[in-house]
Amino acid sequence: MSATAPREALVEVRGLRSQFGAQVVHENLDLDVYRGEILGVVGGSGSGKSVLLRTILGLRRPDAGSVRLFGENLHDLPEGQRVAVESRCGVLFQNGALFSSLTVSENVRVPLLEHTQLSLHDALRVAALKIALADLSPEVRHKYPSELSGGMRKRAALARALALDPDIVFLDEPTSGLDPIAAASFDQLIRTLRDALGLTVFMITHDLDSLHAICDRVAVLAHKRVIVADSLDKVERFDDPWIRDYFQGPRGRAAESIHAMT
Amino acid sequence: MNRSPTTPGLVEWLPLPETGQNVLRFTGDWTLPYFAELESQLDALKPSLPETPDVDFNDVGRVDTAGAGLIAVALGPKCLHWLAEHDHDVPRELRALLGTVSDAVAEIYAHRPPPPRNFGFVDMLADVGTNVVHVRRLAFKLLGFIGATLETLARTVWRPRRWRITALVANMEQTGLHAVPIVALLSFLIGAVIAFLGATALQRYGATVFTVDLVSYAFLRELELLVLPRVLALVIVTPLLAFLAVMAGVVGGALVCWFALDITPTMFISVFQTDTPLRYLWLGLGKAPVFAFLIAVIGCLEGFKVQGSAQSVGERTTSSVVQSIFLVIVVDALAALFFMEMNW
Repeated sequence: MSATAPREALVEVRGLRSQFGAQVVHENLDLDVYRGEILGVVGGSGSGKSVLLRTILGLRRPDAGSVRLFGENLHDLPEGQRVAVESRCGVLFQNGALFSSLTVSENVRVPLLEHTQLSLHDALRVAALKIALADLSPEVRHKYPSELSGGMRKRAALARALALDPDIVFLDEPTSGLDPIAAASFDQLIRTLRDALGLTVFMITHDLDSLHAICDRVAVLAHKRVIVADSLDKVERFDDPWIRDYFQGPRGRAAESIHAMT
Repeated sequence: MNRSPTTPGLVEWLPLPETGQNVLRFTGDWTLPYFAELESQLDALKPSLPETPDVDFNDVGRVDTAGAGLIAVALGPKCLHWLAEHDHDVPRELRALLGTVSDAVAEIYAHRPPPPRNFGFVDMLADVGTNVVHVRRLAFKLLGFIGATLETLARTVWRPRRWRITALVANMEQTGLHAVPIVALLSFLIGAVIAFLGATALQRYGATVFTVDLVSYAFLRELELLVLPRVLALVIVTPLLAFLAVMAGVVGGALVCWFALDITPTMFISVFQTDTPLRYLWLGLGKAPVFAFLIAVIGCLEGFKVQGSAQSVGERTTSSVVQSIFLVIVVDALAALFFMEMNW
C-alpha cells in the first residue's frame, strides 16, 4: 500500500474522550483505520484498548469527540441504517464470546439468519463454508464451544465474525492464550483472509510476534491517546519511554531478531 | 458512505461474438442476498457445461465468499485452480478469493455429513437399552458416592482439627437461614390449601372439625424439604426447617379453620392436642435428615459433573432435582410402609 495514494478511512476517531466517573481513559484521541490494512493496536494493560474498540463499535457513547464508522456516526443513525452499518463489521471478542449452548455451526448461522433472507438449509451451507475458511475441520461443526481447544474456539469465533462478509473485522487479542505455534498459524490465517477477501483488520494485541508478522501499521495507545500510528520500524524508533520499554525489552528484542532472520 | 446499489448476479452460457465459442459469463453482484437465486441459475446451466468451461469475469460486480463458494462448487476445483493460476483476465483479488474458497469447498466436500438417522422401532429399542444401562450406571455411581461420603465422614469425626466449622456454618446459613422465608410462606399456604380442600370434602359429611386432624397429619408426617448441597449442613438444618415448616403450615391451616369454618384457635389447639399423637412429629422430623442426606449427596454428585457451559449447569441442576424428588418419594413410600407395618 503506497503512502501517496488516497486511502479510504473506514474508521475515523477524532478528539475522543472516554471517562468513567473521575477516571479519564482517553483524552483527545485520534485514529484512522484504512481500507485493506491490518492495524495492530498495542498499549499497556488498562490503557483503554478494549474501551476504544467498544466505542468504535457504538457499544459505548464517546464522552467527547466523534467516531465515524464507514463515514457514519452510529449514534446519529436511525435504527435500520445502524443495523446495516453494524452488519458490515465482524467482531472477535477477547474470549471468543461464542454462544455456549449452540454448536459451532449454529453459532456461525446466527448472524446469517438474523441479517439475511437465507433459508435454514442455505445458511447451514454458507456456515460450513465459513468454518472451512477459518481452517477448522468439518467434524468441528457439530461440537459445542466447551468441547473445543482455545485455538479452535478462536477460529470458530472468527468464522462467525466473517459470516456476513464484513468489510472490517475487529479482533480483541486474538492470539492471547494460544501456544506459539497456534498463534503463528492464526496470524497466517488472518493474513490469508485479508489478502483473499480484501478485509480490513483492526487487531488489539499484546503479541509482539503478531506485530512483526502481519501488521501493516501499529498504533500505540499511551498517555490516554494514540501517540503514534505508523509502520512498525517507525514506531520502534519513536521517542517515548513506554515504547522503548515495550519494544526494546527482552521479549521485544527476541521477537524482532526472530523476524529479522525470516 | 452508503454501499452502492446492488444488482443481482447473472450467469449465462453464451457464444462470444468474435470467436463463436461458448463462454460462461458472470455479471452483476455475486453476494449473500442473492444466494438462492444464484444457485438455481448455476444448477440450471450445469448439465450443459463442459468439464472446464471458458469463463468471463470482466463485468462481474462484487463477489463475496458466499458467491465465490457457489461459483467454486459449480466450476469444480480443477477448473478453479487452473483459473486461479493462469487466467490473467480475471482480477487478482477475485482469483485469490476463488482460490481460497475453492480449498474450503473441497474440504467440505471431502467430508460429507453422515446421512440423517431414521428413528425407527429398532432405534427406539436401542434407546431404551441405552437408558437402562445409563440408569444402572447412575445408581452405582450414586451408591459409590454415598459410600465415599460416609467413609470420609467416619474418618473425619475422630479428628476435630479437620472439621471445617466455618464452611459448615456458612453452608447452614446458606441452606437453612436463607431458606426460612420461602419455606415458611410456602408451608403456610400449603397448610391453608389443605385445610380449605379438606374442609370442602369433609363438609359433605358434616365433619369439618376433622380438618384439624388433616392439617396435623399432612404436616407432621409428610413435610420435608428440598434441595441444596453440603451434606452435614443440610442434615443439621433440614429438621429445623422442617419444624418451622410444620409450624407455619399448622398456622396456615388454623387461620383457614378460624375464618372459613369458625373453628377458633383455642378449639383448634385442643382438638390438635387430643387427636394428634406427638410421635407423628418425631416420625416426620426423623425422616428429614435422611432426605437431606440424599438430596445433598445427589446435589454434590451432579455438581461435580458440571462442565464448560451455562447449559451444562442447567442440565445438571435439572437432573439433580429430578433424582432428588424421585428418591425422596421412593424412600418416603418405603418409610410409610414400614411405619404402617410397625403400627407407629
